[in-house]
Amino acid sequence: MLNRTADSVARATPEPLARKVRGISDKGLAWLFISPTILLLLAINIFPLFWAIYLSFTNFRANRPNEVAKNLGLANYKRILADQDIWIAMQTTAHFVFWTILLQTLIGFTLAWLIDRKFRGHAFWTTIILVPMMLSPAVVGNFWRFLYEPQIGLFAYAVSFVTGIPATEISMLSNVSLAPWSIIIVDTWMWTPYVMLICLAGLRSIPEYIYEAAEVDRASNWRQFWSITLPMALPFIMLAVLFRGIENFKMFDMVNLLTGGGPGSTTEVASITLKRQAFESWRTGYSSAFAIILFVAVFGLANIYVKALNKVKQR
Amino acid sequence: MKSTLKLALGLASTLLASTAVSNVAQAEDLTLCWAAWDPANALVELSKDFTKETGIGMKFEFVPWTNYADRFLNELNSHGKLCDMIIGDSQWIGGAAENGHYVKLNDFFDKEKISMDDFVPATVVGYSEWPKNSPNYWALPAMGDVVGWTYRKDWFSKPELQKEFKEKYGWDLGPPTTFDQLRQIAEFFQKREIDGKTVYGASIYTERGSEGITMGAMDVLYSFGFQYENPKKPYEMEGFVNSDKSVKGLEFYKALYDCCTPPGASNSYMGEGVDAFKSGQVAMHMNFAFTWPGLQKDENVGGDKIGYFVNPKGPDGDQFAQLGGQGISVVSYSDKQEAALKYIKWFANKDVQSKWWSLGGYSCLNAVVKDPGFPASQPYAQTFLDSMAIVKDFWAEPSYAPLLQASQKRFHDYVVAGQGSAKDALDGLVKDWTEVFQDDGKM
Repeated sequence: MLNRTADSVARATPEPLARKVRGISDKGLAWLFISPTILLLLAINIFPLFWAIYLSFTNFRANRPNEVAKNLGLANYKRILADQDIWIAMQTTAHFVFWTILLQTLIGFTLAWLIDRKFRGHAFWTTIILVPMMLSPAVVGNFWRFLYEPQIGLFAYAVSFVTGIPATEISMLSNVSLAPWSIIIVDTWMWTPYVMLICLAGLRSIPEYIYEAAEVDRASNWRQFWSITLPMALPFIMLAVLFRGIENFKMFDMVNLLTGGGPGSTTEVASITLKRQAFESWRTGYSSAFAIILFVAVFGLANIYVKALNKVKQR
Repeated sequence: MKSTLKLALGLASTLLASTAVSNVAQAEDLTLCWAAWDPANALVELSKDFTKETGIGMKFEFVPWTNYADRFLNELNSHGKLCDMIIGDSQWIGGAAENGHYVKLNDFFDKEKISMDDFVPATVVGYSEWPKNSPNYWALPAMGDVVGWTYRKDWFSKPELQKEFKEKYGWDLGPPTTFDQLRQIAEFFQKREIDGKTVYGASIYTERGSEGITMGAMDVLYSFGFQYENPKKPYEMEGFVNSDKSVKGLEFYKALYDCCTPPGASNSYMGEGVDAFKSGQVAMHMNFAFTWPGLQKDENVGGDKIGYFVNPKGPDGDQFAQLGGQGISVVSYSDKQEAALKYIKWFANKDVQSKWWSLGGYSCLNAVVKDPGFPASQPYAQTFLDSMAIVKDFWAEPSYAPLLQASQKRFHDYVVAGQGSAKDALDGLVKDWTEVFQDDGKM
């Protein structure tokens, strides 16, 4: 039937058009279809990357387009690597990435494990837990800023109720030691459901018969967890850590909305420093070099991590 | 048939003519770019007279202060044609002049007999000249502004508070004339119960993202003896920016922040300050004068409840205030420069300037501000005049952005985050600013 249709279509095709179509090979046709995407990618991803690499060796400033950019060689890179403020920003980023990933993985996995018990109403609770992840970061940042307000914020009142400290003295976003934690709390609140989803997929992929065999062998629940659940869910957990690690390394929106990098520079993560250098101080060449360093760092770390992930999967 | 044809032709020509007329009007419409704030609304109202007189329509592009610099500097740097005229911040003048963003107005002023001697001298230097103190004009002073203070006159005049204050500090509670007095008043009101509500001493600038904390700290530092550079040797900053007097000034600002601001006021600028004052949280409020007309009209804190005072004196009796405000410039990439210059000429007119002041704008024209009736024209008029007489401004160099970012970081790190000492912050500032000027080849 299909052949007959194809034959009739071929016969109905006018000869000049048929000749033209016959002139394009399968490979050519494939290229024809993917070339718009490739051109778009080249224009909006690859070209800017190479342009940024070029700018990183110059003293170009976007607010002085008429000035000729001087070639500085590796000077921008040397300056960045010797800049104490940049290292402080990197430390702040590392602190933020470490704690958010740790908390999100612990809480996310625990929630996934509980949801996997399939108790009554578990589908409803799964939906409720997923709500924060579905909100826009701009909305989350703004309403948490209100929640953290020392004079009218619910968070301050809740902490005050528990601890007895006056609410007006609980200034999460203004206090140097509390401000980093205020961001970690919000990020954990928002993205733990995401980690939970991935872990849940991992837990659901473990075949039931393995647990049944363990039951036959009279393995305790504790032993089943350590010998079956965790090792088999580990690649999924590691995947979640990879996704969240990359996301949080370049975290900008939440920090910008909640603290703007303050008080002082206590929550100034690398992306905020980069934005300040690029769009407030207009040091385009310098900030391009910083962006390249960050790109190489994330790319390198992610590669090492993916190799580790593959090893775990092969075990 | 003939009449139908005539009717159709008539309708078609009328339609064509009206389209052409509207296109001409469209082509002549001018776009003015500025910040989204109260004076901008006054300017919209004022500009209706310009359209009536000339037939040139006016469009406005107003951007909130937090994005104002980013948005319009991007527009200028990309040689955009969105703005025919721009009311740009005073610190942009160096960069805008050197990068060719603004049309130089000297020939136009000569031709139209607009004299800069007719404007308040500080505003001419601050908003129009580049290089500073040279007769090269890139803008017409448009909106005078300066940092000053408002206070709760109703609280200050409560007899029980006056009595308690006198007993505690030995002088009558009233608008402070020195920073020491200001701090005493702020301490006195901090966490005090007034009308069943806990109130605080003062709202000051602490914002980190744009220019807030620099404007606030500088407002205090000037009167303590801070200088940007050696008056005899430009760009020599060691011993001037980080002098002992400057250190004391910055220490004072931090002490004021620590002792006497509302909880959580670690990122406060113009909007947050107005909110704190309007909601009855603070006894005193540092802010630019443009906020005063709005506060004066406020039902809860305006009228007889509000008073104004000039930035107080420092320990040696020096008294300065941070300049704000802007000049109006013609954008060199505009295709409608002639019409834009017509607007500038119209705006420089004395009657227009008088109306500008009456609508809530701050005129910089001597004929308006030196009018005998001016001080009594508004409760804040005299304070505005006195403040404008003592202004100083931040660097207006082409590299003002990195200079500002450096001071934002150093001041916020010390004042709000409490990192290091005032001396460390100012030494660091000298280092940062030196690097910027070295990059620019000026040192």
